[in-house]
Amino acid sequence: MAESPLLEFKNVSKSFYGNNVLNGISFTLNHGEILGLVGENGAGKSTLMRILFGMNVIKETGGYEGEILVDGNLVKFDNPSEALKAGIGMVHQEFSLIPGFTAVENIVLNREPQRKSIISEVFGPRLNTLDRKKMDEISQKSIGTLGVNINKDMLISNMPVGHKQFTEIARELTKKNIKILILDEPTAVLTEKEADTLLKSIKEMAKRGISVIFITHRLQEILSVCDKVLVMRDGVIVRETPADKTTVREITKWMVGREISGISAENNESKIQNKKEIKKIMSVQNLWVDMPGETVRDVTLDIFEGEILGIGGLAGQGKLGIPNGIMGLYEAGGKVFLNEKEISLNNPRLCLDSRLAFVSEDRRGVGLLLDESLEWNITFPAMQIQNKYLKMLLGGFIKWRDEEAIKEVTEKYIKELSIKCTGSQQKAKELSGGNQQKVCLAKAFALEPKVLFVSEPTRGIDVGAKKLVLDALKKFNKESGVTVIMISSELEELRAVCDRIAIVSGGKISGVLPAYTDSEEFGHLMVSNVV
Amino acid sequence: MKKNTIVSFISNNLVPLMFVLICSVAIPLSGFSFSYLLAEIVTRIARNSFLILSLLIPIMAGMGLNFGMTLGAMAGEIGLILVSDWQIWGIPGMILAMIISVPISILLGTISGKIMNLAKGREMITGYIMNYFINGIYQLIVLYAMGVVIPIVHSSILLPRGYGIRNTVSLLAMRQSLDNLLAIRIGTVKIPLFTFIVIALLCLFILWFRKTKLGQDMRAVGQDMEVARASGINVEKTRIISIVISTVLAGFGMIIYLQNMGNLSTYTAHSQIGMFCIAALLVGGASVDKATIGNVFLGVTLFHILFIVAPSAGTKLMGNSMIGEYFRVFVSYAVITFALIMYETKKRKALREVGRSLGLSQTRLSQSKQA
Repeated sequence: MAESPLLEFKNVSKSFYGNNVLNGISFTLNHGEILGLVGENGAGKSTLMRILFGMNVIKETGGYEGEILVDGNLVKFDNPSEALKAGIGMVHQEFSLIPGFTAVENIVLNREPQRKSIISEVFGPRLNTLDRKKMDEISQKSIGTLGVNINKDMLISNMPVGHKQFTEIARELTKKNIKILILDEPTAVLTEKEADTLLKSIKEMAKRGISVIFITHRLQEILSVCDKVLVMRDGVIVRETPADKTTVREITKWMVGREISGISAENNESKIQNKKEIKKIMSVQNLWVDMPGETVRDVTLDIFEGEILGIGGLAGQGKLGIPNGIMGLYEAGGKVFLNEKEISLNNPRLCLDSRLAFVSEDRRGVGLLLDESLEWNITFPAMQIQNKYLKMLLGGFIKWRDEEAIKEVTEKYIKELSIKCTGSQQKAKELSGGNQQKVCLAKAFALEPKVLFVSEPTRGIDVGAKKLVLDALKKFNKESGVTVIMISSELEELRAVCDRIAIVSGGKISGVLPAYTDSEEFGHLMVSNVV
Repeated sequence: MKKNTIVSFISNNLVPLMFVLICSVAIPLSGFSFSYLLAEIVTRIARNSFLILSLLIPIMAGMGLNFGMTLGAMAGEIGLILVSDWQIWGIPGMILAMIISVPISILLGTISGKIMNLAKGREMITGYIMNYFINGIYQLIVLYAMGVVIPIVHSSILLPRGYGIRNTVSLLAMRQSLDNLLAIRIGTVKIPLFTFIVIALLCLFILWFRKTKLGQDMRAVGQDMEVARASGINVEKTRIISIVISTVLAGFGMIIYLQNMGNLSTYTAHSQIGMFCIAALLVGGASVDKATIGNVFLGVTLFHILFIVAPSAGTKLMGNSMIGEYFRVFVSYAVITFALIMYETKKRKALREVGRSLGLSQTRLSQSKQA
């Protein structure tokens, strides 16, 4: 072992705005080794890879601490092209291919073999003509090593997703001196057979000395190809183990693995039993939603009156698509019934009229009028939709804002939710993230909805504020009997608040379990039909 | 299936088909003879094609229809004003005017490209408004600087007050000097062979250019700027180069256009040229992101048939030839508006289709996995 490892991370840490997302990460990667990287969303996998690949985000947010060594030499990449030069290639989750180009043109993009001519001698190398024959040869060879059959002259836009993925990998492979290839969920879009082919070609690459870092949610794949598995949770590596000495069940446990805190389990149980007699308030049938990155494929779900239903699952599996689709923010199909009455999709106004409310995960974009006062933010939708807080003059012909009522209700919510502000006139953008979230909630509460969707209510806010927000939700549910559907990527949070939790995987509900169920069970549901 | 292809053919070629329809009604109404029409069309193809061809390269680079070509037209006009003052006529005069126009075009094209880089995705409207701004500078130079700062010898092209250029500059001594070179006559139709050779050379240049590294880069930038950037292509510079090439070509095109006309309306010649060229290209079936050499020639033919027959058809129909004049301007704007709306709807429809098929394919995917 005199030879130094190909890649070594030494005590790497990274924080975003004071939030530690990576803490003392150390690991090594040898030549021709396949490393599997697993962890829940938000565990820090992506950040780790971004650091390695020199993405701009890292530098813009203050860089990282610790050392990275390639071939024993200390490196610090300022941008992706430096990383590329050092022989690190990355295949992203989103395709970076040009849709109107053929596979060949994409594989050699900006590295096309060229022929010189008299004109280019005079006017510079950009007027060289392309050497199509050589381009074909290079691409064919690269596709060949992957062991797949792709029509190299087909336009990317006409290709099935699987072929696009292979084209991307083929492109990375044609890069000179490629040493490390990072594959970020490459099998997510592949069919079983295509995934098998890809796994085979990964092994093939490793044999030729290229090291692979393989990120996936499909744990079975990790076990079948990787030499070593790294399990991450909350920004630290919780386990590093040879792949042949572990099982899917074990890895799941490490991934989810927080201690089950004494949640009011019995409390929940009794509540649910009471619910049995209570009627369905909402019923979703075969819902599909075309939300980019959060496609919902076929969701059927019953929601009972007065309960708090959690929707959880890994990122990109479609949990966010459900509320966005029902509320008409993205194109959707299927059937949604509210109190046995069908509500038409793709029409946000109708949803609001039928007393549904939605607190979006996109606080700054959809949720708040940032430049307006709290009074406006909290009462605006109620004014618009339900004609509340308005004085009617001339039989409603002229509507006048009822400033006093507005102030009163705003102050009520400021007190109830303990929103930290200088007064009801303060502008929404001047509040902290947690307080903004509370304003969003207050806004939804002011609508007095029958069903309230809350999407990622605690994303990006600190621990103390989290508790307040969750408590406020619980209180609102209990006191006014509103049905709450809460979508969150944090399982523990759902388990602390909800009565039942539905897990979304691959755009479908993979199971609905009472909240007191073991978190391991939920973990299994999460990865059950990941696509 | 067959019915589908017919429907999609019609919807993809709606604008040209509409024009064929209008022309087939208007030609018999106008009462022009076939040979007269043919002669007119040949003249106009020779006169306009070069200008319209100059639009193709920015479209390839994803910058839409380049209203900025008007800038090149101004550069060409400045060249022509100077050579007519120096009394250099004929082909040498044209070549000299072209040489003078090149640095001006490059300068204006660079400015235009830089501005358009600040307004990515809104290149057309930016270019259109920028024209008014540069037109102001053009007027400042031609109306005040020429004869004062820039020496003008011949008073025949100066305004009576002693500085500034007259409203029209006669190019009579240069008139059709290119067109008459190697011209052949078939019956009553004069074919300006040499002009066509020049146009053919430009077509060859464009075809060759598509095969170069720069052309490939432009296509990549045109389709997806971010991916192109990630692969190391200098997106901004590539876009500027495409506009500069277009502006220089437009300058040459304007000189060819004006030698055919035989006189230069100093303050108005360039003002509508961009719009007419763009309308002609769209009539030929081009769209904001795709245009071929075929579109240029089909468009110039259809559009100008309508131009030729509209006044006469208007007289026959309404007893007023002004109606035809009105009609051609109205039609140009209508075609551009219509083509832009079609482009947007098509893009949206395609996006929706992609979403649907993605949803479907993934449902199938998960089904196959369960099986």
